[in-house]
Amino acid sequence: MKNDMVLDGGKVVDPATGYFGPATVFISDGKIERIEKHKKSRTAGADVIRLDGMIVCPGFIDMHVHLREPGNEDEETIISGCEAAAAGGFTSIACMPNTDPPLDNAGAIEYINNRALMAPIKVYPVGAITVGRKGETMTEMMEMSACGAVAFSDDGSGVQNNDLMRRALEYSRTCGVPIISHCEYADLAASGVMNEGFISTRLGMRGIPAIAEELMVAREIMLASLTQGKVHIAHVSTAGSVELIRKVKKAKIQITAEATPHHFSLTDELIKSFDTNLKVNPPLRSQKDVEAVIKGLADGTIDCIASDHAPHSVEEKELEFDYAPFGMIGLETAVGLAITRLIHKKNLTWIETVEKMSTAPARILDIAGGTLNEGEPADITVIDPDLQWTVNPGEFKSLSRNTPFAGWKLKGKAVMTIVDGNVVYSSL
Amino acid sequence: MSLKIRHLLGLEGVSADDIRLILDTAVSFKEVLARKIPKVPTLRGTTVVNLFYEPSTRTRLSFELAEKRLSADTVNFSTSGSSVVKGESLKDTVWNIEAMKIDIIVIRHSASGAPHYLATCCRSTVINAGDGSHEHPTQGLLDMFTMREKYGRLEGLKVVIVGDIKHSRVARSNIWGLLTMGAEVAVCGPPTLLPVEIEKFGVRVYDDLDEALRGADIVNILRLQKERQKAGLLPSLREYSHYYGITRARLDLLNDNFTIMHPGPMNRGIEISSEVAEGPYSVILPQVTNGVAVRMAVLYLLSGGKGKVDEE
Repeated sequence: MKNDMVLDGGKVVDPATGYFGPATVFISDGKIERIEKHKKSRTAGADVIRLDGMIVCPGFIDMHVHLREPGNEDEETIISGCEAAAAGGFTSIACMPNTDPPLDNAGAIEYINNRALMAPIKVYPVGAITVGRKGETMTEMMEMSACGAVAFSDDGSGVQNNDLMRRALEYSRTCGVPIISHCEYADLAASGVMNEGFISTRLGMRGIPAIAEELMVAREIMLASLTQGKVHIAHVSTAGSVELIRKVKKAKIQITAEATPHHFSLTDELIKSFDTNLKVNPPLRSQKDVEAVIKGLADGTIDCIASDHAPHSVEEKELEFDYAPFGMIGLETAVGLAITRLIHKKNLTWIETVEKMSTAPARILDIAGGTLNEGEPADITVIDPDLQWTVNPGEFKSLSRNTPFAGWKLKGKAVMTIVDGNVVYSSL
Repeated sequence: MSLKIRHLLGLEGVSADDIRLILDTAVSFKEVLARKIPKVPTLRGTTVVNLFYEPSTRTRLSFELAEKRLSADTVNFSTSGSSVVKGESLKDTVWNIEAMKIDIIVIRHSASGAPHYLATCCRSTVINAGDGSHEHPTQGLLDMFTMREKYGRLEGLKVVIVGDIKHSRVARSNIWGLLTMGAEVAVCGPPTLLPVEIEKFGVRVYDDLDEALRGADIVNILRLQKERQKAGLLPSLREYSHYYGITRARLDLLNDNFTIMHPGPMNRGIEISSEVAEGPYSVILPQVTNGVAVRMAVLYLLSGGKGKVDEE
């Protein structure tokens, strides 16, 4: 049989079953054959990979990634982005449609599918909500969905027109896939470049107020309730947004949300350095917001962690802060940041964190993976929980280097990534 | 004594010692400016580039005069007709200029933080001549120089800054400098022109002008850009002028021996009445004179000069 492999000696985390303990994982024909739970490992043989001291997780899924193909292949291609994802511990990613041209039709979705055939990991395209991402006319969602679009989003900008968003949520019910909302009212954001607060006042920069996000989060909540469409709130960044979502989760309205590692790790205070790698949208917020996002992750208000990996070339970023584009890369730092800042700081448990990086995104996008149950595809992420490492963008597989985390010392790293029983990355 | 700072990027974080040294040195240069031949050879052989990415008349003129009075070689670069239009990055522009062997860059830029970014990617000494809504440190220094000249001190002075605080780099530099030197600072303007959390600077905040003026020594009146009304931050210039314009009648609220300041250019009849602008308490023109002396002091000290001005 092909792809036969035994992962022995590690601790298995499976949020789907709630198991966290020693176990041996048997892989056969690209699938999980069985899991043997035991106190002491004793398996031997040619196909055995020793993983003593490691944590074995269902493959991580990053549901918010920007690949720059087609259009800006100098910044990231589908292949380079997938190699970065594999090195970062991800077995699947969902890619956003703000390419050039945008993914707003079935042909574009097919193009991604074809290009991704050669990729080391699984790629799930997200289609645009509106044609050209212009916020004017709905896209052919049913056809895109039939071709494999797992969600719809105009990410990069919010859908400004309330009626259009209502219709999109109604229409998307035909496909049963979520609408991923980048919540930001452009008029309130007022061409801001960073969070509106004491730091923007101090630096004399145009601020993006929290209300620009929160008002649209409130709208999505009300529209989700009205239309019964599925809404997923992308990159929650403010304490107010967390609170709005927390309230409706109690009311059992169907709404899911994600947070990024940078929004639970960094504050706007750092922008005093004028480092354009800190320019992201939504912007880095205050300490109070960072704490609220972490609390939201811990209490289940925020369902998952996604990187919002947004590659930009050095030339685009080496500019005055006002002129640089928004975005930072995150595929190769997300896991390290989550382990360092959430698990080691005792904000979340292993089960909760793996749930947010694997099980929840699989459930939200209704794709394979997210568990190590028998018969599931053998998509597995192996973590060394105590590995100390320093972020060195020079070693990234991504074609871009726009990260503010260069030089950060992190504890915990993905050391092996397995997709359908094939080891696509290993530093062991 | 020499300066601790290597560049003058802003007044935030600049020590009281450094500010005092600049103001003291400017006193000597003001004396030079009063001479029959108002020129010293102090910066002979030093090349200064005035890099102006935003239109400016008085600041640029003031810097240029300061440089010439110090016998520096000066070159001017402004956006119109330059390589900037062709899309060259700030870094490349400056590297090219530096390749021609220069010592000091004076930069004016519409983007906040541009001088700070420049300082990280070039070898020259950088002087901020105004960046976005962030800082305008030489204006802050010349304002403090002018106040100190009249009152003999800065400590304990009650200064009110009136107008468009939100978009004003002059306000920010004044706030940082004055607080460092022990003055009491208040800001006043309509709420739409007050930036969020401005009180965290350690200033008092008013939206009622009469309340703000009561018991103050100095009123520093900011220019109101007429675009603010078009941007929807004000209902009309008429209403602004009525509620926030400094007129003769309002001066009674101030302390005896009060002072009126304005960084220019003025919109007479909007933020300040002509009568006030030209009153005996107005130091608007001395501010301009002092600007040259203060900029001479900054150029001299950042070139490695020490406390006493060299004489040949």
